[in-house]
Amino acid sequence: MEIPYTVSARRDTGLWNAKVGIWLFLASEVMLFGGLFSAYIFLRLDAGPGDWPHGLLNVPVGTMNTAILIASSVTVVLAWAALKMRDLTKYRIYMAITILCGVVFLVVKLAYEWPQKFDHFGAFIKEDALGKYEQYLGNKHLLEKGLPPRKEITGHLHNKQALTDANIKEYEIALDPVYADPTNPVMDRPHFWPKPATDKIASIEKEDVQYANMFLPKHSSYFASYFTITGLHGAHVLGGVLVFCYMMLPASTRIYRHNPEHLANRVEVAGLFWHFVDLVWIFVFPLFYLL
Amino acid sequence: MDATTHPHGTPETHHPDEHGHEHHELGFIRKYIFSTDHKVIGIQYGISGLLFLFFGFCLMMMMRWQLAYPGQAMPLIGNALNHFFGTGSMPDGKMTPEFYNSLGAMHGTIMIFLGVVPLAFAAFGNFVVPLQIGAPDMTFPKVNAASYWAFVVGGIIMLVSFFVPGGAAKGGWTSYTPLGVIADTGPNFHPFFNGQTLWLLGFIFLITSSLLGAINFITTIIQLRAPGLTWMRLPFFVWAQFVTAFLLLLAFPPLEAAIVMQFMDRVASTSFFMPTGLVVNGAPLQVSGGGSPLLWQHLFWFLGHPEVYVLILPGMGIVAEILANNSRKPLWGYKSLVFAALVLGFLSFVVWAHHMWLTGMGSAVSAFFQTTTLIISIPSVIILSAFFISLWGGSIRFTVPMLFATAFLPMFGIGGLTGIPLAFNSADLYLHDTYYVIAHFHYIVAPGTIFALFAGIYYWFPKASGRMMNEFWGKVHFWPSLICMNVIFLPMFLQGMLGMHRRWYDGGQGWNVSGEHIWGLTGFQWNTPISIAAWVMGLAQIPFIINFFYSIWKGKKVENDNPWDATTLEWTAPSPPGHGNFIKAPVAYRGPYEYSLPRRGKDYTMQNEPIEASELTTAHPAREPVLRA
Repeated sequence: MEIPYTVSARRDTGLWNAKVGIWLFLASEVMLFGGLFSAYIFLRLDAGPGDWPHGLLNVPVGTMNTAILIASSVTVVLAWAALKMRDLTKYRIYMAITILCGVVFLVVKLAYEWPQKFDHFGAFIKEDALGKYEQYLGNKHLLEKGLPPRKEITGHLHNKQALTDANIKEYEIALDPVYADPTNPVMDRPHFWPKPATDKIASIEKEDVQYANMFLPKHSSYFASYFTITGLHGAHVLGGVLVFCYMMLPASTRIYRHNPEHLANRVEVAGLFWHFVDLVWIFVFPLFYLL
Repeated sequence: MDATTHPHGTPETHHPDEHGHEHHELGFIRKYIFSTDHKVIGIQYGISGLLFLFFGFCLMMMMRWQLAYPGQAMPLIGNALNHFFGTGSMPDGKMTPEFYNSLGAMHGTIMIFLGVVPLAFAAFGNFVVPLQIGAPDMTFPKVNAASYWAFVVGGIIMLVSFFVPGGAAKGGWTSYTPLGVIADTGPNFHPFFNGQTLWLLGFIFLITSSLLGAINFITTIIQLRAPGLTWMRLPFFVWAQFVTAFLLLLAFPPLEAAIVMQFMDRVASTSFFMPTGLVVNGAPLQVSGGGSPLLWQHLFWFLGHPEVYVLILPGMGIVAEILANNSRKPLWGYKSLVFAALVLGFLSFVVWAHHMWLTGMGSAVSAFFQTTTLIISIPSVIILSAFFISLWGGSIRFTVPMLFATAFLPMFGIGGLTGIPLAFNSADLYLHDTYYVIAHFHYIVAPGTIFALFAGIYYWFPKASGRMMNEFWGKVHFWPSLICMNVIFLPMFLQGMLGMHRRWYDGGQGWNVSGEHIWGLTGFQWNTPISIAAWVMGLAQIPFIINFFYSIWKGKKVENDNPWDATTLEWTAPSPPGHGNFIKAPVAYRGPYEYSLPRRGKDYTMQNEPIEASELTTAHPAREPVLRA
């Protein structure tokens, strides 16, 4: 028994099966990420002034990853075009570049960006203690300029045992540049290039702290949605890479020898998925890195 | 002329082995366990779904003991259940409140996601749809198998959660936050292997399963229709499955997003659904806060409401097939039915917040959802009316499937009409979360959908097995089930109107003193007859179970491939159909319900019977679509 229209299109619909399938799958993916993004919007609208962190991610690295992902979307199309022209060598080269791009993206994300955040610390100051830390927060300056207040002090935690040891009464933080020089107008908004770190250390008493944590998902709604969405997106990138790897294996070459159009269709479908993954990132990047 | 068409309309019985030579023989495991054949997968889904339905029903029968005899030890099996579900669930045979909550949450979850959806959508859809559209299989057989096995994994996780320390999920089938995040945490629970977390994990697999299935169904219906089987010649059942698949495809992912977020809330201590300043057991909760419980409800019901139509549409499809077949006349208003189903599917996405009248969303939001909710009753009424009118003037055969299908109509009608007061937010403020709501939606899914499912099982059983189910024992199954269903659910409307809350553990002893009587019993005292009816209904399923298994091996063999004298394409395939389904790929020449055409000598004309010259000259309304096509 053979299932019809796996390679050639059905006349009245003009489509082969997997193409229908992948578009339906992408529709469901739109709803999946749509649900997550709507949660982001919901939580962000609910957050009070100063409750939503800004400028905590490394924008140049994010931009580079964006460029890498877009480049891979181009190469996957070139791979497909090479198959259509029956040029298997070229197909392999472009596919290898695509896979490489995906892997670099994941490595940057998982081995550099995420661990850098896990190492970072932030303490939300209680409303009535904000004045005590004015030298780090510079809220008077912000008020004058009509900017939202700062409620959190971030940096690198010196005494990490303070997180678990109840006997330690304060956090010692090597401050992020903005808190070392809060009234400098340069610090009013986040910058594209991260400012060099300072060696200024602040001591924050635990009883003045509303909630403090490393930059883990539980740090704030911002990082919760950042890690959840980029994690799920990363899983999609990994899935795409695995599928592309399969398309480089001898099993796929056999399909090509048998019917080149069949492999081209597979690459087309996987490419559509890859473009979608790219598209999701196009939303992730501004929402988390820039806005 | 088509070889599968028989001039006298009596197709011979084909033996499945006749065409077995075209493919090499698969081993037992590949053929019956890890099969990619849509029929095997359909039957696997069907049997798993029936088992889960029965298990979910058992959970409810246990709860009914607690409601009828609060705080009393369960006789005979109480201690055994205590050992089975772990000590602490029912010490001395008395149910603890925590265990009662687990049973309630898991009854809902299992019945909906592991019972009715797998049976109505996956089992019937898998088995019947490719046959009805004349396809050799689904478009993606391996994805189809993956869908079933993802379902199995999800089901096993749900079952295992009963046996972890602390027992299964207790947060209700809706797992509302913050309760859903706080429940099952603390020193007595494993941080990961606890009921609530496993519930979320199981769900991720169940959703994946549904998505794979939905994609497969839609693609199959679009791509693999037999030549000549145009959209308006599809049986209504196929349309119903088509719309259902779209609902699953688009409504489930937002729930998956929500499940992932609640999973993060539980496992990674995030605060997606945890508001600022939450105090639990007198101590402030150490979370970042800033989350929104309302967000969970929105995402949950964005699935939750389309899910209602996922439960009912396949049932309507089954009933449509059986009504036309047993009233021996075309389904009335086929086109209106199709468009009503499409409108129903579309509107089901914009009514979800009517589950949330009590949350204080604001009157503007309420007014919008109240309006859409009332509008969605129009296509439902169109469908039900068309079914009733289909019976008018028919020569009805009361076969067992027809009994269940006709019972579906008033039962679904009661369920639907009692929903209208709930659609008005002012009336719902009073009825919300009472037994009135329980009665309302159970009338839709229990004597509604489940009766339709039974109808479908009796109806397509001969196609799947080549044997008929026993008629007499089918009736013994039907009548007590119908009576018990009504004894169970009708009084619940009254209990709800008296204010009995759906999640009360002891049936409301305090509420009992209000002293209002209905037919001589207080609202609370009604719990006893309801419970007895539930247990009797449990007994009434025994004839079905025996009949089902007995008939697989010993039932009366079908005399031909079309034992019900039906018109649709699945009846042109052998019974049971072999791998690849049809001896010769069918071609459709006409609409799906050509019953009682004049001057034909028999009262049904199958879809693959070519148009005869005499028909073209006969002026008859039924000819119209043929001439146009």
